[in-house]
Amino acid sequence: MTKSARNITKEDVLYIASLSRIHLRGEEVERLTKDLEGILQYVHKLEKLDVRAVEPTSHVLPLTNVYREDEAKPSLAQAEVMKVAAAAHNGFFKVPKVI
Amino acid sequence: MKLNELTAHELLDLLKEKKTTPREILDAVLARIQATDAQIRAYVRLRSNAAAQEFSNGSATPIPIGIKDNICVTGEPATCCSRILEGFKPPYDATVIQKLKESGAYLIGSTNMDEFAFGSSTENSCYGPTRNPWNKDCVPGGSSGGSAAAVAAREAIWALGSDTGGSIRQPASFCGVVGLKPTYGRVSRYGLIAFASSLDQIGPITRDVEDCALLLGIIAGYDERDSTSADLPVPDYTRALVNDVKGLKIGIPGEYFVEGIDPQVRAAIGAAIEVLKQRGATFHEISLPHTEYAIAAYYIVATAEASSNLARYDGVQYGLRRQPAGTRKTPLVDMYEETRDAGLGNEAKRRIMLGTYSLSSGYYDDYYLKGLKVRTLIKQDFDKAFLKLDAIITPTAPTTAFKIGEKADNPLSMYLSDVYTISANLSGIPAISIPCGFSKERLPIGLQILAKPFDEAMLFRIAYTYEQNTPWHKERVSL
Amino acid sequence: MSQTVQQKYETVIGLEVHLQLSTRTKIFCGCANVFGREPNTQTCPVCLGLPGTLPVLNKMALEYALKIAIALDCQINSVIKFDRKNYYYPDLPKGYQISQYDKPVAYDGHVWMTGADGQERKINIKRAHLEEDAGKLIHDERANCSLVDYNRTGTPLLEIVSEPELRSPQEAYDYLQALKLTLEYLRVSDCDMEKGSLRCDANVSIREAGAKTFGTKTELKNMNSFKAVRTALEFEEKRQREAAASGGRVIQETRLWSEEKGITIAMRSKEEAHDYRYFPEPDLVPFDIDEALIEELRRSIPELPRQKFERFTGEYRLSGYDARIIVADQHIAHFFEACAKLYADTKKICNWLNGPLLQELNARKMGFSGIKITPEDLIAIMRKVDQSELSNLAAKETLKQVLDTGKDVASVIRDAGLAQVSDSPALEGIVDELIHEHQTVVGQIREGKASAIGFLVGQAMRKSQGKANPKMIGEIIQRKLSGKSNA
Repeated sequence: MTKSARNITKEDVLYIASLSRIHLRGEEVERLTKDLEGILQYVHKLEKLDVRAVEPTSHVLPLTNVYREDEAKPSLAQAEVMKVAAAAHNGFFKVPKVI
Repeated sequence: MKLNELTAHELLDLLKEKKTTPREILDAVLARIQATDAQIRAYVRLRSNAAAQEFSNGSATPIPIGIKDNICVTGEPATCCSRILEGFKPPYDATVIQKLKESGAYLIGSTNMDEFAFGSSTENSCYGPTRNPWNKDCVPGGSSGGSAAAVAAREAIWALGSDTGGSIRQPASFCGVVGLKPTYGRVSRYGLIAFASSLDQIGPITRDVEDCALLLGIIAGYDERDSTSADLPVPDYTRALVNDVKGLKIGIPGEYFVEGIDPQVRAAIGAAIEVLKQRGATFHEISLPHTEYAIAAYYIVATAEASSNLARYDGVQYGLRRQPAGTRKTPLVDMYEETRDAGLGNEAKRRIMLGTYSLSSGYYDDYYLKGLKVRTLIKQDFDKAFLKLDAIITPTAPTTAFKIGEKADNPLSMYLSDVYTISANLSGIPAISIPCGFSKERLPIGLQILAKPFDEAMLFRIAYTYEQNTPWHKERVSL
Repeated sequence: MSQTVQQKYETVIGLEVHLQLSTRTKIFCGCANVFGREPNTQTCPVCLGLPGTLPVLNKMALEYALKIAIALDCQINSVIKFDRKNYYYPDLPKGYQISQYDKPVAYDGHVWMTGADGQERKINIKRAHLEEDAGKLIHDERANCSLVDYNRTGTPLLEIVSEPELRSPQEAYDYLQALKLTLEYLRVSDCDMEKGSLRCDANVSIREAGAKTFGTKTELKNMNSFKAVRTALEFEEKRQREAAASGGRVIQETRLWSEEKGITIAMRSKEEAHDYRYFPEPDLVPFDIDEALIEELRRSIPELPRQKFERFTGEYRLSGYDARIIVADQHIAHFFEACAKLYADTKKICNWLNGPLLQELNARKMGFSGIKITPEDLIAIMRKVDQSELSNLAAKETLKQVLDTGKDVASVIRDAGLAQVSDSPALEGIVDELIHEHQTVVGQIREGKASAIGFLVGQAMRKSQGKANPKMIGEIIQRKLSGKSNA
């Protein structure tokens, strides 16, 4: 493993939180740093394994070429879609100003 | 005996003989929930229209069923027991729900779970914990703790759970019921709110093996809406229910019987092996050498997928939305961050962060990629073992149900309790947990049987033989 | 900019083209792939990314992508897979985009383009990968919020990335034209930048002429036409050269082209670097692309512009100039070939196509597809001119009317009375009138100024509303003024 992967710092935690779009309060940063440190230390037992020659497994089943034909299916009605909306406006989803 | 005490196959016999009606069965179940669920809290929500439910005469299986709160039913809330999905009602049925509706099932309501299936105790639910019907100070296991507790408490005839790292089998073990994680691809995941897409499977939680075979027969099968579902015929699983294991070769992996296992669990498994030996199965010591790396690989792969699967809960479209007073970054980013802070519980945050970390720039090769490679090794261990074996037997969990709150402060110790179940998910193979005794504290112990991909029939055959020769599935909780 | 700065620096441009594929349905669900509908009416649980839903690949999207890959002479990966690109934006419903990372559909292809100097040049394509389009954000200034429409979400996109081999904004423009033409021939996309079915981002940097390493690049976005791409690149090229010349530095950043202001503007710097956390999409399985499928698709690919150009200059002996114009629109090319089957003089067909017909269409702001004139009509008109049944002027009028009404040539000529008048007595009368009205000119002709005859012929055409046979008029004038009738 790379050196940087060994220890997780508070800065790492804040960076990951920002990537994950989670706002962390003061004591949460401390706690999560400690939790993640413990878990990662455990995970580092994988260092013992030499996996350079091993292929990764993303899918356990050897399935390939699963398609659908280019045939239209009915869409949802706008009213139906707007029923799930956290905030709606004239058939649009409404969000805070992006720019 | 009350109708809710019976298994589905017993009820189907009564229905065939016209000795009862679907209405009577449903009423018995609802009455039981009314009487006992305040103590257990297996359900987080009941369907509102029970009284109006009409049963058509032709229904094949009009049996009331509990549904884990991460499986979508049209127009009914599906929250994964997370605040962040507050108010979300899917406009579609999961494929398993479609199949159940076609069979005439009555969907009783949504059962409790660890938030987004993140946990092994059902304590991480925004609705509060479910209690183990055998001992209300104990957890029912998790994450499908609500479904397992409902079945054990006779508040459902049977139920659906989902299993990503043991979430069906471990609670089945803790609650003294039968739980099956089918082969990956056997049951459609369409409509199952994803935790880790390459590991998740929906499966049955039932009172006995016959019900398990019946329910799998209803929900299994190819689905054109799930690219990862297998296009293979569904056999009649009830034909596997034979009281005969003669000549079957069963493996016992040495790595599963090391430190950390409760001596009472070890003893119960030993006794179970004796029962099967007497019925003619042969047992073989085997090695699954990469077992000790399974938990580490699992928590990397599962959390990475989860971090991505849960990115959609950001307040933009549906569910919870929060906006902080004042501006921290930009109104949009503030909305994201405040919503996810308010809507996600501690364990969810922990796993999202862990998964994000292992995928992030500079760490991918050391964590996520390595996790996928170790997964290959674990799968190869099983492939190799099954060249010579029909099945493998292990405990389902190293201990019986633990106390509520006991592991709450130590996420790692909670993760370690999944040690026996995780490998089946990583390698995609089917695995069943069946009751195999009780501890002296009268907590159930579970026996896990694993088989080759798509050989659920083998699991049923061994489990059924064991069940026919032991009394455990007839034990009742007293509530 | 001084001459020295011009020569000192070299511009390096790479283009990323996002092409919407015109499949019937979206890439991962059965929603119709259509443009311009009411907001959120072409969506379903899958493309909305609702919890529990799963993608299933539209086979046609993959086939379109493969066709493009074949047409661009790309290498095609024998196994392709999809990956998740994770980032947050309100137009992205799942918090990730299904895209392709390390096993894209295709890599190492090229586009042949012709520069302003008529020289052909090969621009290499780095890769082409499939992905899903995002939704559309609208900014509501009054309500101080943004609005999201997910109709576009899940439209199949092929991202075609060029190598940084373009050396000027004009080259970038020529590359886009050439690429677009090939894509149009394949009929896999509308290729309409205004509708957003073809979008282009540009990476641009400068370096000292002859340098081997690349300078710091900026990424330009928000160009809504090929011309805008060229103008934005011109602006950015100048900006970077001036910065370098005055000792400044170029910062790596994304800049938005402002069409109104004619400048590029730096986007507010990101709070964090991009960290897309790509990983294999667990909800989709890999795809084996076998030779048989590639062969089948190869056979379905029509003749492409470059081959057509070769053939037209060879088989039909067209000039490079004519062939280029005709090949630049596959509808014109088809029309031309249909005409060429009916009429031997291909140069004359070109003159009609590239002349009057295109002028008329341009005047009507019409494209060539779906026009009301058939190749048979055009050839009929040309034959009538050859046989002196139509004057050139009347022929153009006939063309116009056929274009407008779709009526056949004969009835247009009959109904509008456009047939050429070749009957002598009528023409003699006209000439007599003219001789009477234009004595000065008549004098000049008699003095031997032959060019003055042309004037009288023109006047005769006017008088006859273009119907007089100009050849006969000329003969009559000459006969009448050739001394004998002097008395």
